[in-house]
Amino acid sequence: MAQIALATGFVLILAGIYGALTNRDILRMIVAFTIADTGVNVVLVAVGFLPGRTAPILDAAVPVAQAAERIIDPVPQALVLTAIVIGLGITALMLAYAYRLFRLRGSLDISNFTELKW
Amino acid sequence: MIRNVLIAGLVALLGVAFWTLAAGYVPDAELNRTAAYYAANAQTDVGAPNIVTGIIVTWRGLDTLGEVTVLFLTSAIIALVLAQSKTPPGASGAGFLPSGELLTTGSRMLLPLITLLGAYVIMNGHLTPGGGFQGGAILASGVLLMLLADPSHRFAHSVIARVESISGLAYVLVGLAGMALAGGFLDNGILPLGRFGAMLSAGAIPLISVLIGLKVGAEFSSILESLEETEDA
Repeated sequence: MAQIALATGFVLILAGIYGALTNRDILRMIVAFTIADTGVNVVLVAVGFLPGRTAPILDAAVPVAQAAERIIDPVPQALVLTAIVIGLGITALMLAYAYRLFRLRGSLDISNFTELKW
Repeated sequence: MIRNVLIAGLVALLGVAFWTLAAGYVPDAELNRTAAYYAANAQTDVGAPNIVTGIIVTWRGLDTLGEVTVLFLTSAIIALVLAQSKTPPGASGAGFLPSGELLTTGSRMLLPLITLLGAYVIMNGHLTPGGGFQGGAILASGVLLMLLADPSHRFAHSVIARVESISGLAYVLVGLAGMALAGGFLDNGILPLGRFGAMLSAGAIPLISVLIGLKVGAEFSSILESLEETEDA
């Protein structure tokens, strides 16, 4: 189970990186980056999964005394929550820059921006 | 051509690296020491049934403050970047057709429900999955619905900015109160822990959740607004 989630996450990362490197359109690159971002989050959550255990919430199903034997690792989940929020901020930032670039050249094709090209 | 081959080779190499990671992966049978400490002390230390919220708000509260700061920086930079291409007030949205009865009525009906769900998720963050970030994002989705349903409508920037700065200031003050009255910065022990699993329990966690929710909601709203109020929108 954890292997499936792990493999899915890695495939998403690869697809995102491939898309970001091959696409010429800036909006498509941003979408590719968010896909890679999602892949990283899936991998992180999958690493925290322990077989046969449940969510890290102490309620009737998970008595406090047995918590350490019954719950999965809560730390990656807390990390991923952070990563999702920061990922959203980064996406918004990329979109804002893409808008400025569009205002500059009237186009979102990366080939039109050659100032930093070598 | 050479470029595509290079890219394919790079992705293939990365795929091999990931493959070795995934193929050799064996899930742990036991929690590691940090996680085991969190599991064993969730009731006595923070009093929050949702251990993830306990980690985010109390044990690693400083990181969360940093994260909220990063979000604030993001929204400030976006406002700065897009400020030059901002439309004069009143001119934006003029090119749009009216939204129509269905969309307007539907958004008016949905907006209170979305806000209610956001408040619920924020207030139950220490009991069920949820918390300040998730609830704040839900609140901002209500703002997004309003922006989409009525593009010519303008929000009061000053209200959003004030909500954001007051909640941020209060968050830091709660943290400092933790230093003065309890175990350290952002310690939730400044309020009584209460009955484990009750709505108003876990010390200052509900209070901090509300502050984070308001701040994140205001930051996301201001990002959405800056993106929406550009000249082409």
